[in-house]
Amino acid sequence: MDHPSLVTLDSDSAPRVVFAGDRLVEVDLPPGTRCIYPKPPLAGIKDPDAAIRYAINHPHGSDPLHAKLRPGMRVTIAVDDISVPLPPMRRPDVRERVLTIVLQMLADHGVDDVEIVIALGIHRRLKAHEIRHIVGDKIFDAYYPERLYNHDAEDKANIKHVGHSDHGEVLNLNRRAAESDLLIYVNLNFVAMNGGHKSVAVGLCDYESLRHHHNPGTIRASDSYMDPAGSKLAHDISRLGKVAHKALDIFTIETTVNNRMFDKNLDFLMKNEDDLNGKERLLSKALVAATAKLPQPARQAIFDKFPAPYELTGVFAGSAEAVHQKAIQRCFDQYLVPISGQADVLVTPIPFISPYNVHAFLNPLLVQVLAQGYLFNMYRGAPLVKKGGTLILLHPCTDKFDHEQHAPYVDFFHQLLPETRDAMELMHRYERKFASNPAHLQMFRNGHAYHPAHPFFMWYWGENGRQHLGRVIVVGADNEYIPKMMGWETAVSMEDALYRAKGGQARSLDITLLHVPAIVMGDMTPPGAPKSSSGGGAS
Amino acid sequence: MPRKFLLISPQLDTRTGLYDSRGPVAACYFDVDGTLVSTNLVHPTLYYLVNQGTPVQSALRLGKALIQAPRMAVAELLDRRTFNELLFSAYAGMSEDRLEVLGEDVFKEIMLPSLYPSAKALVAQSLAAGHDVVFVSGALECVIRHLAKLLGATEVIANRLEMKEGIATGKMLRPVVAGPEKARIIRDHARAKGYDLDECFAFSDSYSDVPMLSVVGHPAAVNPDRRLALMARAYSWPSFDLRQPI
Repeated sequence: MDHPSLVTLDSDSAPRVVFAGDRLVEVDLPPGTRCIYPKPPLAGIKDPDAAIRYAINHPHGSDPLHAKLRPGMRVTIAVDDISVPLPPMRRPDVRERVLTIVLQMLADHGVDDVEIVIALGIHRRLKAHEIRHIVGDKIFDAYYPERLYNHDAEDKANIKHVGHSDHGEVLNLNRRAAESDLLIYVNLNFVAMNGGHKSVAVGLCDYESLRHHHNPGTIRASDSYMDPAGSKLAHDISRLGKVAHKALDIFTIETTVNNRMFDKNLDFLMKNEDDLNGKERLLSKALVAATAKLPQPARQAIFDKFPAPYELTGVFAGSAEAVHQKAIQRCFDQYLVPISGQADVLVTPIPFISPYNVHAFLNPLLVQVLAQGYLFNMYRGAPLVKKGGTLILLHPCTDKFDHEQHAPYVDFFHQLLPETRDAMELMHRYERKFASNPAHLQMFRNGHAYHPAHPFFMWYWGENGRQHLGRVIVVGADNEYIPKMMGWETAVSMEDALYRAKGGQARSLDITLLHVPAIVMGDMTPPGAPKSSSGGGAS
Repeated sequence: MPRKFLLISPQLDTRTGLYDSRGPVAACYFDVDGTLVSTNLVHPTLYYLVNQGTPVQSALRLGKALIQAPRMAVAELLDRRTFNELLFSAYAGMSEDRLEVLGEDVFKEIMLPSLYPSAKALVAQSLAAGHDVVFVSGALECVIRHLAKLLGATEVIANRLEMKEGIATGKMLRPVVAGPEKARIIRDHARAKGYDLDECFAFSDSYSDVPMLSVVGHPAAVNPDRRLALMARAYSWPSFDLRQPI
């Protein structure tokens, strides 16, 4: 029997209501199509503060936090940035809760040399209001900006060489963090590729340290990067994480949230369309009609306006590896849906948000990251689609970039991609030079732009999807040249896309729809393996 | 106008199997006033005028300059070069020695306090990228030279006064560095130095420098005025503010 989150459409099924950017659209899919829905949200922890206190007093693989503290010591707290969760969660953010308790404990133990660093890696600097959203008013007012600030991966004076891995990979980290007596990392494990060694080794490092694993070769060999066990990306980062843990005293606090992305009035967006009640059907129709008519800024404003009501489902403290195993299991409990049989065609709606466009437009490069990157990688065991299969995505692919956040993306997209789409060639020919572009570096350091190397990493992020998929077809594109630049085809309708996917042959297709958002992962039984009825992660 | 942004295909290093990503040597051309410092051409001139040998001389020179003020105001709106010529006519009669001595004072008293907090970092990043850094300024070379030394610029292209027997005539030596002429100067300079203009950068705050920005492959608007900000947005030029510290 299939998992309740797996729905097979029949001839009476209602159209599926899915995102195509910041529009909601109705899509008719053929009978037999399998739809993978997000699992219902796990129950949130009733007393999050008590759970956090319990976790830091009962850590895994480490002394309790209080046992590490002594008066006069130097402590740095690193915090995940606003790229997780998506969209940003309703206040108080989980990180605010953790920080409040940790800072109180530090004060109680006479530790007053404390600084909080937003662990950006090479993401854009957060604006003051975004930091306030994460840490809360009280902490923001007490610490910002002198003792609460963004990590600057290009501030050479404040980057310190920490060591090498046994593969000769260099690790340079934020100097303040590297020279502290204790580094506390406060994480929010939104998806299974977050957290673990990635927190410190990526969040606090510089561009040179990133290049060892943020490259096409690593991504090609990751199967998938949402499954740490099969992810070369995770393995490579772990090598550097171990270097950090050998050199520094690190106390990790990882948290997980459920998938309650939409508030109660909109949570029907995660449900099987055939199970909606009358009110939900009406609201669904109204949203489809409204988002079709409203101008783009108004649509974006609507979705920016409502933070997600995520709830804490787990908090684990101690050493990174011990903690991460537990956080990952909690992620899998929420996201994994067991499934057997790879599809010929994977249909993925592309929503309006990704980790890299909070408060900005989802530009074409980020559409690619979602399609061939994150959504393709939402599996464990084997890809949801067969090797050489077709990915159909729904998005307008509008040629629009945020001028502030994504300035380097424009040059990458319109100047480099027309030269080549080969990720290896892009890396060897252009990446290092582009990463030293003084104008873009200034926008990264002085403004709120992503690092000039970031668009390269975004292209590499789609590399295992690109290598696996036979073709990508876009439904609903408002132009043809943007998809073409990414090597994609366009179709005027889903029917047309499916016809093309057949390649002119009279055959039936196995079609799977990944009904995102919210997040869902397929726990795919690898081809040839005995069929599993429960999968590994269902709770 | 189409954006000129062609990246040269680097050469394959047959020993390492990697592409040489450095490419040809390039330069970053910087406007100075309003871009790296908050001063404009008038500030140093006033400093010179009020620091003459005697108060009477200062008063006389200031008076003459005031008479020219309305013409300069009109010229500023219509033609940058004419404005420069009118402004620098105020230097007529000053000795070269005096200009040199006061040049250092102007730098210390006027320019240095007006240096934008993040200007140094931008120049440092340009040098770190392996580029030559060239200041292209309508201000006097004897002032800009000190800023160039402080920030590590490779070269200065700035205005120079015509001298006769050690005394300024009030005229400027050709070419006058202003407005569209900056574009031609940069083109000639790049050609003489062997830079590929498509690889070069230019930074300015002013719409009047659009010609200069347009001849390089990588233009950028720095603390842009309204019209330049709009243009930068339209053409997706990088745009940022050096007035805030990093």
